[in-house]
Amino acid sequence: MTTGGEDPLSLLAVEHLLSPEEHEIARTVRRFVDTEVKPNLGGWWEEGHLPKEMAKSFGALGLLGMHLKGYGCAGTNAVSYGLACMELEAGDSGVRSFVSVQGSLAMFAIYRWGSEEQKSRWLPPMAAGETVGCFGLTEPDFGSDPSGMRTRARRDGSDWVLDGTKMWITNGSIADVAIVWARTDEGIRGFVVPTDTPGFSAPEITRKLSMRASVTSELVLDGVRLPADAVLPGVSSLRGPLACLDEARFGILFGALGAARDCLDAAIAYSSDRQVFGRPVAGYQLTQEKLADMALELQKGFLLALHLGRLKDEGKLQPRQVSLGKLNNVREALAIARTCRTILGANGITLEYPVMRHASNLESVLTYEGTSEVHTLVVGQALTGLNAFT
Amino acid sequence: MRFMNVVVCVKQIPDPAAPARLDPSTWTLEREGKLILDESDSYGVEMGLQLADQAGGGEVTLVSMAPRNETSGLRTALAMGAARAILVSDPVLGGSDALGTAKVLAAAIRRAEPDLVVAATESTDGYTGTLPVQLAELLGFPSVTFVKKVTVGDGKVHVERQTEAGFDEVETPLPAVITVTAGVVEPRYPSFKGIMAAKGKPVDQLTVADLGLPEGSVGAAGARQEVVSVEPAESRKAGEIIVDEGDAHTRIVAYLEQLKVI
Ligand SMILES: Cc1cc2nc3c(=O)[nH]c(=O)nc-3n(C[C@H](O)[C@H](O)[C@H](O)COP(=O)(O)OP(=O)(O)OC[C@H]3O[C@@H](n4cnc5c(N)ncnc54)[C@H](O)[C@@H]3O)c2cc1C
Repeated sequence: MTTGGEDPLSLLAVEHLLSPEEHEIARTVRRFVDTEVKPNLGGWWEEGHLPKEMAKSFGALGLLGMHLKGYGCAGTNAVSYGLACMELEAGDSGVRSFVSVQGSLAMFAIYRWGSEEQKSRWLPPMAAGETVGCFGLTEPDFGSDPSGMRTRARRDGSDWVLDGTKMWITNGSIADVAIVWARTDEGIRGFVVPTDTPGFSAPEITRKLSMRASVTSELVLDGVRLPADAVLPGVSSLRGPLACLDEARFGILFGALGAARDCLDAAIAYSSDRQVFGRPVAGYQLTQEKLADMALELQKGFLLALHLGRLKDEGKLQPRQVSLGKLNNVREALAIARTCRTILGANGITLEYPVMRHASNLESVLTYEGTSEVHTLVVGQALTGLNAFT
Repeated sequence: MRFMNVVVCVKQIPDPAAPARLDPSTWTLEREGKLILDESDSYGVEMGLQLADQAGGGEVTLVSMAPRNETSGLRTALAMGAARAILVSDPVLGGSDALGTAKVLAAAIRRAEPDLVVAATESTDGYTGTLPVQLAELLGFPSVTFVKKVTVGDGKVHVERQTEAGFDEVETPLPAVITVTAGVVEPRYPSFKGIMAAKGKPVDQLTVADLGLPEGSVGAAGARQEVVSVEPAESRKAGEIIVDEGDAHTRIVAYLEQLKVI
């Protein structure tokens, strides 16, 4: 019997399922987040920004493009990447978003679809956090249905000229390089766009009520002229961006659990301390039911994430399995955050505690990288063979 | 620039974040679960790495005594950049006292032929704080404790040694033993590349017999110290609240005088 204070994830002794290296990576990121990130988060979130300088600290640790091989990347396995996302998101979804976008969207696009020249030029400084990247797929009128995109790239001699607008682009205003997906006569292609190219601008989207410790921007491409070697040679269809999204989504199904764990930790600590009607809130059956259910969902979600991570490391992970994972883990994380908010009462709505911040961030996580509805339809189609999208 | 061989003593301890338990038969700390690098040793590792770096060539060798061939704390220090480790693990070492541990570590350290031996001033779980000087005595090395700054050159080590009044400047020939105070350097985070490389770094696993120590000289059999009883720490008494009615400052001064702190 224990006397309480059990870590929700240690109830199932899940650490026994991790290798010593995976464990060490998770522990290192946790310590980094506790000392370098968490003390500043309330302020960043309130002011609505994430300092660009953090990129170099992420890079020094090896977080950026960590599961890619070579080019200055750490070359860890997928499970380690997932665990790092979980620890980062226990800090804040915005911090994890930064790392997801840099590593799994911008760097991965170059890594997977780029030329050798593009890889050796861009990946090492991006892995070090000296160069920040963003990934522009979504447009004001096309989110869940990117095939409708209007951004166009046309050839002019050997050059390319890009026109159009991208929307909701994480890191857009602080990026040094943007991966922009555009319609061409040869299908949808990706372009590596240095953000100081004339005609490129990235006004920041302010007045957000979610993901405030993250920069979100519009990308405006007004006759942006690029040399022939700016196009990613490896792909000319939607498969290009979708492969990148699969990578990032994989990190999210671990990440969301980090936010949930942080909420649950806060709720257990708070309810053990806070007295109502002369007893700790945690001592009431209604509270314990909430806590037990949340711990249960957290652990189930972790086992699901870990299973998918092992499949990924074996090279067997299917996109629809990632959909299943993201659907469950983000949904449950959001439910956990909201329930924890109730346990903290009025204190739950402040930035003194992490729960409302996480709950509000998770609303974005529910929507980006494929909305929960879209992932539901992916799973539905897998079960029935019928397409309910269109 | 010559090659600088730094030995850092590291202790692997039960995670202080988890509740600790004492073995009711021996009154020693239970070490059944996973062990981690004692945080107070991470300062020594960092200082060792910096010194090896400044010497323009050098290496950090870790020396640890731990039950069950435990290496997880060593891995953390190897991931930070240490080159290799010597781990002494032997069932007969259960129940060692500080002097017994010092004998084992000294025997292991001799094999590494160090220029400098770095240890923490005290461990986070045991807090005896006596081991490093015992070690120096056994090795026949000079020792300087409570070091906050070190420079090495010309076969000598020059240190700033923390004192109540400020610091002393001390110089001593190498090889020497120094103890590092927590917080004097900023221990680096192990990088992911470092974490993965740590797996391939050599960990020399030795027993008491390998070290050639006479049986009965170490472990419970050789221990001259015994824990005879354990009392729970007295719970802290509520503080005294002084309400300011214009004379609070004089009452606080009087209170401090009575404590003889001013
Ligand atoms: C904080 C944040 C950061 C982001 N960062 C990036 C980024 O870095 N790069 C990038 O390219 N994009 C980014 N996005 C955009 C994100 O990917 C899109 O918001 C997402 O794809 C959904 O698109 P939408 O907002 O246009 O919603 P819509 O596609 O307009 O969807 C509206 C609603 O309709 C539902 N819906 C859509 N299709 C169907 C259907 N067939 N059946 C039933 N319901 C349906 C959706 O699920 C949703 O509930 C970010 C978004 C946010 C909030």
